[in-house]
Amino acid sequence: MNTKNIMIVGVGGQGTLLTSKILGNAAISAGYDVKVSEVHGMSQRGGSVVTYVRYGAQVYSPVIGLGEADLILAFEPLEAARALSYLKKDGILVANTRKIDPMPVISGAMEYPQDVLERIASLGVDLRAFDAMQSAQNAGNEKTLNVVLVGYLSTLGFFEESALRDALCACVPEKLRDVNLKAFELGKNAEVSAF
Amino acid sequence: MKTLFLGNEAVARGLYEAGCGFVSSYPGTPSTEITECAAKYSEIYAEWAPNEKVALEAALGACLGGKRAFCGMKHVGLNVAADPLFIGAYTGVGAGLVIGVADDPGMHSSQNEQDSRHYAESAKLPMLEPSDSAECKEFTKLAFELSEAFDTPVLLRLTTRVSHARSLVECADRQEPAAFTYEKDPQKHVMMPAYAKPRHLAAEDRLRRLSAYAETSDLNRIEFHQDALGIVCAGNTYNYAKEVFGDRASYLKLGMVHPFPEQLARQFAGKVKRLIVIEELDPFLENKFRALGIACEGKNLLSLCGEYSQDLLKERLENGSNPHHVYPDPIPPRPPVLCPGCPHRGLYYVLKKLNLRVFGDIGCYTLGAVAPLNAIDTCFCMGASVSAMHGFEKASPEAAKNSVGVIGDSTFMHSGITGLVNLCYNQANATLIILDNSITAMTGHQQNPCTGYTLKGEAVHGILPEKICEGAGVDPKHIRITDPNEPEKLEAILREELAFNGVSVIITRRPCVLLKQVKKDKLCTIESDSCKNCRACMKLGCPAIYLGGGKRPQIDGTLCTGCTLCTKLCKFGAIRTQAR
Repeated sequence: MNTKNIMIVGVGGQGTLLTSKILGNAAISAGYDVKVSEVHGMSQRGGSVVTYVRYGAQVYSPVIGLGEADLILAFEPLEAARALSYLKKDGILVANTRKIDPMPVISGAMEYPQDVLERIASLGVDLRAFDAMQSAQNAGNEKTLNVVLVGYLSTLGFFEESALRDALCACVPEKLRDVNLKAFELGKNAEVSAF
Repeated sequence: MKTLFLGNEAVARGLYEAGCGFVSSYPGTPSTEITECAAKYSEIYAEWAPNEKVALEAALGACLGGKRAFCGMKHVGLNVAADPLFIGAYTGVGAGLVIGVADDPGMHSSQNEQDSRHYAESAKLPMLEPSDSAECKEFTKLAFELSEAFDTPVLLRLTTRVSHARSLVECADRQEPAAFTYEKDPQKHVMMPAYAKPRHLAAEDRLRRLSAYAETSDLNRIEFHQDALGIVCAGNTYNYAKEVFGDRASYLKLGMVHPFPEQLARQFAGKVKRLIVIEELDPFLENKFRALGIACEGKNLLSLCGEYSQDLLKERLENGSNPHHVYPDPIPPRPPVLCPGCPHRGLYYVLKKLNLRVFGDIGCYTLGAVAPLNAIDTCFCMGASVSAMHGFEKASPEAAKNSVGVIGDSTFMHSGITGLVNLCYNQANATLIILDNSITAMTGHQQNPCTGYTLKGEAVHGILPEKICEGAGVDPKHIRITDPNEPEKLEAILREELAFNGVSVIITRRPCVLLKQVKKDKLCTIESDSCKNCRACMKLGCPAIYLGGGKRPQIDGTLCTGCTLCTKLCKFGAIRTQAR
């Protein structure tokens, strides 16, 4: 199989690392070679964070290049725009619609761009956007935003749903299992917005 | 069964399997997880040392004491540990000694991007460089074998994309190494001129033997496919090159980057029509080829700066990048910021308000340099806040009235104490602020000598910075301890101490908001009726406070930690605190 490339982008603190861990484990259980590249340290302090998951017969580079991502999971609209050039022309972009202002916007130096996701959709991108934060809140814990997105991903044919569930259960503490499984379910059944 | 291991985790697994019994390190991105993971094995004694020099000296002692020893650090940590590094090359080891150093091309979390390979050459030590997690584990084990076979410390070089990439590793059992028993041997272990001269000869002789080993070792290999293009690579550049060129090129893959295998290099160069050396940062390997008189390309095509990727190779060596979408508008950057509720924020707010010159240091609090706080003048290296402030004051004595140094608790333990001693000894007029947040925060919450816990989680006596200051001779009346979330009180203390002619230390004490024991049971909200939209709260640069509807400040309840700092700045009492 050709290498599959999944990119996870968001804001430091949103739990992107857990997502990549779940996907990495799901890929191993399917018998693939896997590489996951993470970012630690300073950029985790509320900055843009990017994690790469690659799996296939044999994977060399741990990172994903321009136009190489089969799928991007964007935890925030602006980060979706920032990562867009890494998406394959026919790749899928899954985006949480809930915005987080970056510091230049908070401090008033810049404006948060209008209609980011509409702009992306107008380029002909296969965009699947929904309020994943609302789903996480409905699940009972905002921190399950990452798992809501994994739940949606389970509908896209990259992994068996059961493999994702098993990987999820292996990656979260026992006492948080139920809330995460609920978030997974809400993500799986999420209705994406039309643009 | 193969499992996913972070490169650093795989090094730790290698330590375990190799029978390593002693680890001493100082945290530094991207090296930290090696030591954190090693500490989870009960068979390995593991500790955080106050700095890398202490850590490496301890590891040298431990290997003489009979345990295979490891010391891990980031690239700039090796600068701190350079003194014992160079001497260890003369003394050699007892049981094996491996030094892990993680470089950060691209400066994901560093103040520079130096190339540690130069240390291997100048200290005359062998250096191995793995490409993925499986090699991280295997090379770590082999490094101990080499260390003992050649009686030398061995450097293991990592880079961010190897340290922080997960790939598959097959675990094996721990093997206890053959016992080493220490015997007194001053001619080998006491480095003074009479004994050191023969040890220098021994180090040079060892390097010759290591060069011979490099020629035939499995660490270095030729993968021959086609003769049109030959690529020389090591570490992660091997992965990028394979990704782009696959079997269209041939490869000289070096797992041992020092000493250089000259015969193997000549042999490879003789097989290919075009030779390109692909290496991040300096032309370390390229220069070896040039020294042999072999024509090659490398830095004429690729950069000296930043990290490489398959994109860079495609752009410079192929026909450009893949087709891709382009977002048509400018995208505001999202730089890292101090977290909501960060105890450093209150301090920087006051420093900026008083328009002080701030000599900064290394840690989360370096983020006080960016908008809207813009509060820092300099940041050089660990401990330089104290000493650079001192030098500035001696050159411009009037500067003392409006200058402070800021240093975190862990950084103070690492390299601030000697600077403080200098302030006291040389009669400085200085105000030093120690930001005591009870943890080493930037690298992900490691314990340090101030926190009261060891790496293994044992409770110990936590060292109080104020006691050290007192011992160094700072007048106890001018050692002030305060809460950075009380800006008025802090401002008053600062004014008093800046007016004092002598050494003052202000300790701003409040734990990192990300620590589990910090209660986040409150929530701040802005009452729109009382808010005059003066935006004083916005000056804090708190990520939880943003301009909402009607361009008026609002607080994001999902981000607010209830630190209440903003309530203290609102003259109109418009920010209320409620229970969560």
